[in-house]
Formats: sequence, C-alpha cells, structure tokens
Amino acid sequence: MTTTESNEVEPAEVIVDPNAVSVTINGKQFTARKGDLIIKAAENAGAYIPHFCYHDRMSSVGMCRMCLVEVDTGRGPQLMPSCMFPVSPGMVVETESPASKAAQEGIIELLLANHPLDCPVCDKGGECPLQDQSFSHGPGESRYIEEKRHYEKPIAISELVLLDRERCILCDRCTRFADEVAGDALIQFTSRGNTTQVTTFPDEPFSSYFSGNTVQICPVGALTAKPYRFKARPWDLQEAESTCTTCSVGCRTAVQSSRDELLRYQGVDSDPVNWGWLCDKGRFSFEGVNSDDRLTTPLVRTANGHEPTSWNSANAAAVRMITDAIAAGGASSIAVLGGARGSNEDAFAWARLAHDVIGTPNVSAQLGDGLPVGVLGMNRATIDQASSAATIILLAPDLKEELPVLYLRLRDAAVKNRSRIIEFAPKATGLTRYAWRTVFYEPGTQADVVSATLAQPEIAAQLAKGEVVIVAGRANLAESSAGTTAALLALLAALPEAKVLPALRRGNVVGAISVGMRRGKSGLDSTGILNAAAAGKIECLILVGADPIADVPDADLARRALAGARRIIAVDTFITDSSRLADVVFPAAAYAEKAGTTTNIEGRVTTLAHKVTVTGTSRPDWMVAAELAQLLGTDLGFGSVLDVTAAIAAAVDGFEAVTAEALESAANGVLAGVGSFDAIATPTVALGDRNSYNFRLVVSRKLYDQAVGTTHSPSLAKLAPGGAVFVHPLDIARIGSAVGADVKVSTPKATIVLSLATDDSVQRGTAWVPFNQSGANVGELIDAAAAVTDVRIESL
Amino acid sequence: MSRLTEDNVRVAHEIISRYPRPRSATIPLLHLAQQQDGYVTNDAIRHIGELVGATSAEVLGTATFYEMFKFEPVGKYLVNICRTMSCALMGGEELMHHAEHRLGIKAGSTTPDGMFTLEHAECQAACTEAPTLQVNYRYRFRVTPETFDALIDDLAAGRLDSEIPAHGTVARIRQHIPAERGVGAVPPEDATNAPSWMTVAEAPK
Ligand code: SF4
Ligand code: SF4
Ligand code: FES
Repeated sequence: MTTTESNEVEPAEVIVDPNAVSVTINGKQFTARKGDLIIKAAENAGAYIPHFCYHDRMSSVGMCRMCLVEVDTGRGPQLMPSCMFPVSPGMVVETESPASKAAQEGIIELLLANHPLDCPVCDKGGECPLQDQSFSHGPGESRYIEEKRHYEKPIAISELVLLDRERCILCDRCTRFADEVAGDALIQFTSRGNTTQVTTFPDEPFSSYFSGNTVQICPVGALTAKPYRFKARPWDLQEAESTCTTCSVGCRTAVQSSRDELLRYQGVDSDPVNWGWLCDKGRFSFEGVNSDDRLTTPLVRTANGHEPTSWNSANAAAVRMITDAIAAGGASSIAVLGGARGSNEDAFAWARLAHDVIGTPNVSAQLGDGLPVGVLGMNRATIDQASSAATIILLAPDLKEELPVLYLRLRDAAVKNRSRIIEFAPKATGLTRYAWRTVFYEPGTQADVVSATLAQPEIAAQLAKGEVVIVAGRANLAESSAGTTAALLALLAALPEAKVLPALRRGNVVGAISVGMRRGKSGLDSTGILNAAAAGKIECLILVGADPIADVPDADLARRALAGARRIIAVDTFITDSSRLADVVFPAAAYAEKAGTTTNIEGRVTTLAHKVTVTGTSRPDWMVAAELAQLLGTDLGFGSVLDVTAAIAAAVDGFEAVTAEALESAANGVLAGVGSFDAIATPTVALGDRNSYNFRLVVSRKLYDQAVGTTHSPSLAKLAPGGAVFVHPLDIARIGSAVGADVKVSTPKATIVLSLATDDSVQRGTAWVPFNQSGANVGELIDAAAAVTDVRIESL
Repeated sequence: MSRLTEDNVRVAHEIISRYPRPRSATIPLLHLAQQQDGYVTNDAIRHIGELVGATSAEVLGTATFYEMFKFEPVGKYLVNICRTMSCALMGGEELMHHAEHRLGIKAGSTTPDGMFTLEHAECQAACTEAPTLQVNYRYRFRVTPETFDALIDDLAAGRLDSEIPAHGTVARIRQHIPAERGVGAVPPEDATNAPSWMTVAEAPK
C-alpha cells in the first residue's frame, strides 16, 4: 500500500439529516428532531421535565408553568416553559440547574396554595402527578398560611364524571381534550383569576362519549369517574395490557383489578390505533363483566324451564343434539351463528368444529347487519392510512356512534387538514360537521348518488389529489346490504386504487370472519341461515355469543328462526332473548376472563389479557368447541389457548406472522395479511314504487342501546336515549301530530307506536328510528328480504 | 329569560357579517343581549352560541371572563363607586357608606324597585377627580354626599334619561358598517382583496 493510494480514497459522503437538531441537555450533546418541543427532546434524552398541562396528544398551552427550565439560545440562560418551544440548533438546556429548580419549586408551592391536600381521601392519591411531582420537584414546605379556597364537593358534570373543583389546578387538559380531541366543547373555564373553574352550561352536561378520558388525563384528583370513585387505591390495583373488544376499533387498554374484581380500564397509547383514548362505552363496560346476572353454570331445558347442570351432562346433551341433527337432516342442517364477540382463538376453534368436525358450511359471524365477507378481501386500509389519506370517503354508519375512537382519528385528520372527507349518508352523522362534502341519499339510491357525485369535476379533482380510503359499512339497518354493496363497488370501479377500511362493528368480527367463521362452499349467510331456520330446515342452530333476537334487524325473521330451529345450543355470558330459547346454554368466559388474541378492523392482531378468574364455572368459547369436537370424535389438539394461536398461524391465510412470540414483542400488535375471499358480485337493488305519502325508513345504532353488555353496566344503561321516530322539522306538518305525541309507524307487515320527534339531521321524506332502544321494537318493521323499508306515520 | 328578539337577530346578523369568522362576533353579541335585557340571560347565551356556531359552554366561558357582563338582573342604573387609592384617600369609603344608607342596600345588591345596583369598583382612571363613581359607566367626579343625593333624585325622576341610558346600552347610536367596508365572511387566509380600510396608500416616491 502506498500513500498515494490512501490519498485517493474518496471521503465517505457525509449525510446530513435535515431533520436533526443538535442540542445540549444537561451538559450532554443530543440530537433531537426538528420541531420537537424542548420537553419532548429532553424526555428522549433521558431528562424528565415535570409538567401538568403538557400532553403528547394535544396542543401545548403553557398553562401550568411547571415545565420551566433554563434555556440558552445564545442570549444567555433564561427560564422558558419547555412545552411551548421547539428545539433550535445549539440550544443549551439545563433541567436541573438551581434556577430551574427554584422555578419548579415555586410553581409547586403556588399550585398547592389552594390545593386541599386531601390525598388520603382522594382517588388520585398514589397515581397523582401533583402528588408525585410535589415530592420530586417541590420545596417540601409552604409559606402560605391563609385559608384555602372551598367549593361544594363534588359536582356532577355528567352522568359519569364528577368534579371536585378545589382540587383543580386549571391545567386545561380536560377542557382542551373536550374541544380539541372529542369536538364536544361542553366544559369550559368560566370566570377568571382566583375564581376560575371548570364548568358546564346549566342543563347542558358534559355528555360526551369520550368523557372518561378527561378523568384519566386530569393530573390531579379533580375529575373522578363514578364507576371507579372510592372503589380502590392505586397501589391495590394489578394491571395487564389488553385490547378493548366492545367494538372493532381495538383500542389498547390496561385492565385493572383488585381482589379478583375488574375495577377500571385505562387507555393505553397505541400509536396506530387509539392514541391513548377510549370511548366511555368501552371504558366502563367492565361493569357488565362483574354483573351478578352472569351465567355461572351450564343450563339445560327441562319441563320446568332451564335447570343448572354439570358441564359433563351439558356436553353430552349438546353432542346428542348435534348427532341427532346430523341423523335427521345431514350436517348441513346445522348452522352456527356468531363468534364475533370472542377472541380469534374462540372463533377458530368454533370454525374448526363447524366446518371440519360437524361438516356444515352454514357459518356466519355477522347477523344480517354487516356486509358480504368479500369486503375483507379488498385492498385493506389501516386506520393510519385512512387518517392520512388525501380523501376519506365515508359510506358507513355514524362512526361516532358505532366505532367511536375511529371517529376521533378521522375527525383529527379532517380538523388538522390532512384529509378531506366526502361523506355519503342517509342522515347527518357525527362527522358531517367535519366533512368537506356530505351527500345525502335516500336509502336504496346510494349507488346512483355515488356515481353522480363522482362525475362532478370538483369531486374528481379532489379524488385525484392523492390516496383515497373508503370506509365501508351499513349506515341503515332498514335496508338490505345491496344498496351499500352496489355503491361500494361503484366507488371501487371508479377508484380502483382506493383502499377500504371495513366499518363492521362487533369486537372481533374481522378476526372471526378471517379465521373461518364464514360460510363454506354453497353455505348460507346469516340471513340465509335465519330463513332456513324459519322454514324448519335447521335441525340444530348453534349461537356462539350471538343474540339474533336483539341484534338481527328483521325482528320477525329472528323470532321465526329461533322458533323454527329444531334444536338450539347457545354459548353466552348472559341469558339473552335468544339464549333463553336454547335447549342447552354454556356459560362463556367474558372479556378479561380469558387470554387470546383479537383482530381489529384493519386486521391488527393484539393480545387479550386474562386478568380475573372466570365467573362461576364458565369457560372460554374455544374450550367449549374443543371439548365438543373431542366428544364428537375429533381431537382438535387444543390443550391451551397458545395451541390455538399457533394453529391459527399455521392454518389461516394472512396470519402466518401472527405468532405468540411475535405478539409478545410487538407493542402495537401484528398486522395480519388480507386473506382471500370470494369477490362480491354486484347486487341488484330492487326498489319498489315510492309512494310519496310514505317515509323511507333509516334505522341505525346509537352508542348506548339495549345490548346485553350495556344493560348490565348500570352506569351505561341509563345513557341509552330511548326509542322515538324522528323526522325533519319541515315534515312534521305532513303527519298531523305534534312533537312528543305517540304516532303509529306502519308497514304492510307490522305497526308499532313510537313518540314523534324532530331532528334536522334527518333528511326530508325519511324517518329515523334508533335501533334496539326501549319502547317499541323498530325491528318489527324491517324486512330482511326487502331492499328498503317505507313506513306510514299517522296520528293515533 | 329571553333569547334575542327578531329585531336584534337582524342586528346580530349584521354584526356577524363584519367578521371573517362568526365566533369573532361573540363579545358584540353579548353586549347586544345585555342591552336587550339589562343582563345576559342563559337563553341569550344559548342563542348567541347558535348564531356564532359555538357551544353554550364556550360562550359562557368567554362571557364570564368579563366583569361588565352581568348574569343576574341588575338595576336600571348600575352605580360603581371607586375604592382604589386616590378615591379612598379622598373619601370614597365614606361616599360608599352614604350611598348604602341613601339607597338602603349593601354594596353588591339591588334596590327592591329594581332601579339601582350598587357596586365597588377598582380604579376608574380619573384619580385627579377623586372620589369618582360611574352610573352605567358614565362618570361623576368629586362626588360628595350632597351631589350623590342629587344624582339619585335626578335618576329616579328620569331627569337624566337623555344622558344615561338603562344598564346594558353601551351607546344609543349603533354603528352601521356598509357591507363593502366590512371584512365580510372571508377568512383572512382566503381573502384575495384586502378590505378597503386596510389598503394603505402608497407613499409618494
Ligand atoms: S379538572 Fe383536572 S384536567 Fe381539568 S383543568 Fe382541572 S386539573 Fe386540569
Ligand atoms: S372505540 Fe371501540 S374498541 Fe375503542 S374503547 Fe370504544 S368500544 Fe372499545
Ligand atoms: S407543562 Fe409547560 S406550562 Fe404546563
């Protein structure tokens, strides 16, 4: 080697990261990201800066001044609130200098001047940022000897949340959350100076679907949630990370219990999914798991009705029913409905039992309120992709009511101007306020409306701007899925590159369908199964956590199906309207009583924690299936839930990477691949004559209804709004009845009586009835065979 | 009590049209409501929320920040007597005592006939004229017990009606801004033309 040679070596290309900002934090050099706030950069560098008002998922407001640190940008060190300023090159930050410490101690002393320090009786004590930071960053004593502020204790700002005003440190987290994140600016600071307080307007409570989040992020014990207040001390709680399965968004949660009783769910920040937020329905649904009405033993029907029995005799009875059914009508006279409320493992074991052991193709995880399963075979979008797409097309139910945290994510995309929302809906939804365009359609006509809209130059220009994600689901239960399916196919024909995010609602519906709870070759879908049962062609109907009587839109069909099925086996956590009719009922382990995995709408598989002991002798669904299979002569080989998880990875298309090991190391779960599904054929939408006297019926769900999990959660049950028929204010004159009066709502098939109400989110010529509420059952009017439902509304 | 009357809704729309965003009209509309009813009623707050696209809680939060908006009925005449340094030195406290006796009420309350509300005020920025008071924010300087009594007599007899309108009326003459001189409902970022009052004549070369 010669020197000349070495001189010829080209210097390595220096790659300068344009986003890197070099700063000095507590004497150490650190490379921060451009735009990072000082507080964030310091945290990344391992220097914790105390704070109260700063929250990673909300904008900075600089309310509390706790984060003051000395910052030198070249003009000499000065105190700056580190949550308000981004890093700049060469910045020198001292988080623990005498000046920083003095500032932080001063703020703590000020905040405590009026704070009651009633930690021993405060729910937050033990997990309270104010308590913790008073210890770690406070002066340890106070110069204030004056009387502290007093307020009436506590005031209810909603049905779920209580406020102890004297504990509030005015950090603006709850009010900011309500306005910025939830879009429900129903709590505000009122008054000023020493009397500033968080309040609601009289008679307008903080009835946000997301109110529980304010309790979680309040840095003191000012906000408490009624279902948890005075139930436990934080140091008595044990917790395990899990995923909410109340709906199919799949928010990450921390499930907390004490003495083997579920006491609280807290949101865990999963970046691709829930950003730390939960909806109140998911957050407080643990009450249902703890309900005294839970089934504890298997039941068999005798002459005296349901009688408790042993697992052995219930299994024997079920096996006899299955073999008798096969003997009477062949395997295909057996049908299995459900699976969407359990884990992937539950669904997979039942799918194996149904398809491979019993040998029936008649399996469905949906209950006449979903879409053809082919929607899962489309080019699937993730929630992140949806909320960063240039255009989000909604052909979906009201996401605020059905998939609440997805609503938060899409709302964020719209208000932060990342995305424009084009909404197709029969009635205004929670996202209408944020939509760039909302196109209302009369149920049944959506495919035409979609095509006409796509032809508009302005819409076409928007769609050409970048990625398009279509959120697809059923906006109206009073019409068949044909109209929505046809509209979805029309969208995809025009936008072949568009991705689809399915808005199907039951907790694990995507997982259940993906792992096999769907019809086999020439099998029946859910409506087909119900029709066959009603016609007396189903020898044995198995309900796996399914309650068709409450959940199938066509109430009459569901009733006839359960009456017509010769034998019924139910696996359920409660006696429901449907399981009441079963010959054998197996008590099922509920959420947090079993381990496993679940799949959200994107196909993201996450783990479920087994936190508390099962209720009574109940067992996870997969175990019930494995046992029945065994008794029917097939060993599925499932000795533990891990065996089932492994079997899914080995057998299910798209789930190859979803192993227990992979899940353990993946904080945000594992995205399963899209399996192969039969493509959807374009349905015909057979609309009859439109009689202009009639109203076209729109039926959709509210967040709180009479669903079994909600009615058994006392805090949530009372939030269900109750039934009524809503029309546009300008249509009220046509009816000849006053608002509040009872009216007859009828189709040729049935008549029900509901009270009349107006709502300007309802379109003219249509009538809206919320599904599954107290009062008359609107399902009586719905005909699963009809494309749409037209009703006559008359005064009594 | 009441929402804005039909006439006032018309005024409200005119006010709203002056601003790029409806919410900017919140404060002027609160004045309008206070002018209508003498104080800001809950119904008016709700109504203003509807008009500007805010929740009632947001309007309440904004309104309660300001001391000059009242949320309970006040007398036709709101009498504020200054108690800050200069006035205190020049007999402000004695004046308040006298006022309380004369009106038969304590500071912070309203006479049973609904005519007078008496309040303490902080510095009214007229220290050279101490002690001062304001009636519906109209000044009276170097007030003595005698001139106070005379003032109350005049107010009660309606002799000052032309000078001092009932509480809530900021000015009797409402400014009308012709549409072309308003900013209009165009958010700043979308404005293509600056409004006329913002166009600055170019400096001569
Ligand atoms: S109630 Fe809690 S979250 Fe809300 S402002 Fe007060 S301290 Fe902050
Ligand atoms: S949005 Fe769905 S998954 Fe998330 S907390 Fe609510 S119910 Fe649970
Ligand atoms: S955390 Fe920075 S001011 Fe509150």
